[in-house]
Amino acid sequence: MSDPRIAGASVTHFGKHPERTGRDLFAEAGLEALSQSGIDPDDAEALYYGNFMGELAEHQGHQGPLMAEAIGLDVPATRVEAACASAGTAVREAVKTIRNGEAEVVVVGGAERMTNIGTAAATDALAIAADDLYEVRAGMTFPGAYALMARSYFDQYGGSHEDLAHIAVKNHEHALVNEHAQIQQEITVEDAMEAPTIADPLGLYDSCPITDGAAAAVLTTEAYAEEHDLDAPVAITGTGQGGDNLALQDRPHLAQTPAADKAAEEAYGDAGVGPDDVDFAEVHDCFTIAEVLAIESLGFYERGEGIAAARNGETTRDGDLPINLSGGLKAKGHPVGATGVAQLATVAWLLDGSHPRADAVPDSTVGVAHNAGGTVASTTVHVMEVQE
Amino acid sequence: MTESARDGEYDDWLDSIESDDGYYLECSNGHGWLPPRRVCPRCHDQELSAVDLPESGEIASHTTITVPTPQFEDDAPYVTAIADFGPVSVTGLVRDVDPDDVAIGDVVGIDVGERVTTGDRAVVFRPR
Repeated sequence: MSDPRIAGASVTHFGKHPERTGRDLFAEAGLEALSQSGIDPDDAEALYYGNFMGELAEHQGHQGPLMAEAIGLDVPATRVEAACASAGTAVREAVKTIRNGEAEVVVVGGAERMTNIGTAAATDALAIAADDLYEVRAGMTFPGAYALMARSYFDQYGGSHEDLAHIAVKNHEHALVNEHAQIQQEITVEDAMEAPTIADPLGLYDSCPITDGAAAAVLTTEAYAEEHDLDAPVAITGTGQGGDNLALQDRPHLAQTPAADKAAEEAYGDAGVGPDDVDFAEVHDCFTIAEVLAIESLGFYERGEGIAAARNGETTRDGDLPINLSGGLKAKGHPVGATGVAQLATVAWLLDGSHPRADAVPDSTVGVAHNAGGTVASTTVHVMEVQE
Repeated sequence: MTESARDGEYDDWLDSIESDDGYYLECSNGHGWLPPRRVCPRCHDQELSAVDLPESGEIASHTTITVPTPQFEDDAPYVTAIADFGPVSVTGLVRDVDPDDVAIGDVVGIDVGERVTTGDRAVVFRPR
C-alpha cells in the first residue's frame, strides 16, 4: 500500500468573485495544480470533486464530468457532497483509490460559487446542511447552530465570547501574508467584541465570510513520483472519517464533536502517529467556537481546555502548536466545496516550506487537516508527513 | 402559498403536539427519537413505540438569531432553542418571553405556532 504523494496543488484567490462561474474557478485551480505537479495530464485516471450548493447557486447539478472537462480531462469524475466537508471527503476517496491500486494519478479538488446569490440566499443554501424538518423549520441557521454549541460549551466548561475573539484576532493576523485570503485585515479583541451580533453569543467576527473559490491537488503513488523524478516530498499518511446524528438535538452533548474524535483516531492510527507528534494543523473554523471543538477532538487539548488556547498564545504562529496559519476559514474564506482541498494544499506548503507562514513551523514533519460538515455530522481528518 | 404535500409522520407529530397529545418514539433501551424513525440509530433496535412526551422540558441551549434566512426575515430577531424532554430533545422557537431573559435550565412547554414570515407551522416553546 502506497501513501499518496501530493505532486501539485493550487488554490484560486478566495473572495468575492460573483461573476466567475464555478467551472472557471475550478479550471484555474485544476490546471495550475496539474502544471505544478509536472505530471502529464493524460496520466490522470480519476477526478474526485467537492461541491455543496451548486444546484442552488448555479442551478447546476452533475458537476463531476463538467469539472473534468473544465480541466481538460476525460476521466471518471465523481462529485462528492458532505456539506462543508465535501472536499475533505473527496480527498479521502482519492487516497483510497490510489492506495488500493486502482489509479496512479488522481486529481482531487472542489469549488463553490456563493456570493452571486447574496448573503440571505447563501445563508438559506447553507442551512440545508441541517435537518430540514427538525432544525431549519425551527429557525436554525448555521451561525445559530454554532451559537447553540458555543453557549452549551460556556455552560459546561466555562469560557467567554472574549476567548473566542482571541481566535478571530489570531486567524486574521495569520492571513495577513496569505495572498489567497479573502480578508487581510488586522483586528483587535475589541473589534471582535463590538461587531454586530449574528446569533448570540456569536458576532460578525466569529463567523467565516461567504466566499467564491476553488482548490485542486494532484495525488500520485510514491513509485510514480520516483519514476518521473517529481518533487513531491509530502505524503498523506493517514485518513479518517467520522459521522454523527445530523440534528444537534439528537446528540448527547452539544459541546463535543464525536465525529471528529472518530476521524482523528482513525487518521492517527492509520499514520502511526499521535496528537503529540503533530507540529501544526489547519482546522475547520467556520465559527470561532468550531476551532475550539476541533482542537479538543484532535486530542491537542482536553475537553474544556481548548477555549483558552488562542488567548494564551499557544495556537498563534509563535505558539507551540500553530493552528490555522493560513488564516483559517475565518480569514482565508470558506468556499464550501473547496475548503478541504485548500486545507490539504496549505498543510503541504507549510511542510515543504513554500507557504508564506512556513517560517512559523521550520523543520516540521507532521501536519493535520480537519474538515467538518454541518454541525460536525461529517468530518475528515488527514495526516500529512514529509517523507525522506 | 402553494398547497404542498404533507411531510408524513413529521406533520402527524406536529398534529399530535397541537392537540396536546405529543409523543416521541422510544426503543427497548430507552433511547428517544422524533418521527419518522424505523430503527434506533444508537442501538439498532427496531421495536420503537410511541411514548407520551413529558408536558415540560428544560432549555439545553438557546440563541437569539438576528441574521435570518429569507424564510424567517420578519421573524427576526427570534430565539431558537433546544429543549430537553428527557429521552428526547426538540428544537423550537421560544415565544412569550424577552430574548434577554431566556436561560439554560428554563422550564418550557411545547406547542405549535406560526412562523411570522411564511405562516408555516413551527414548534414553539413557552415558559411554564
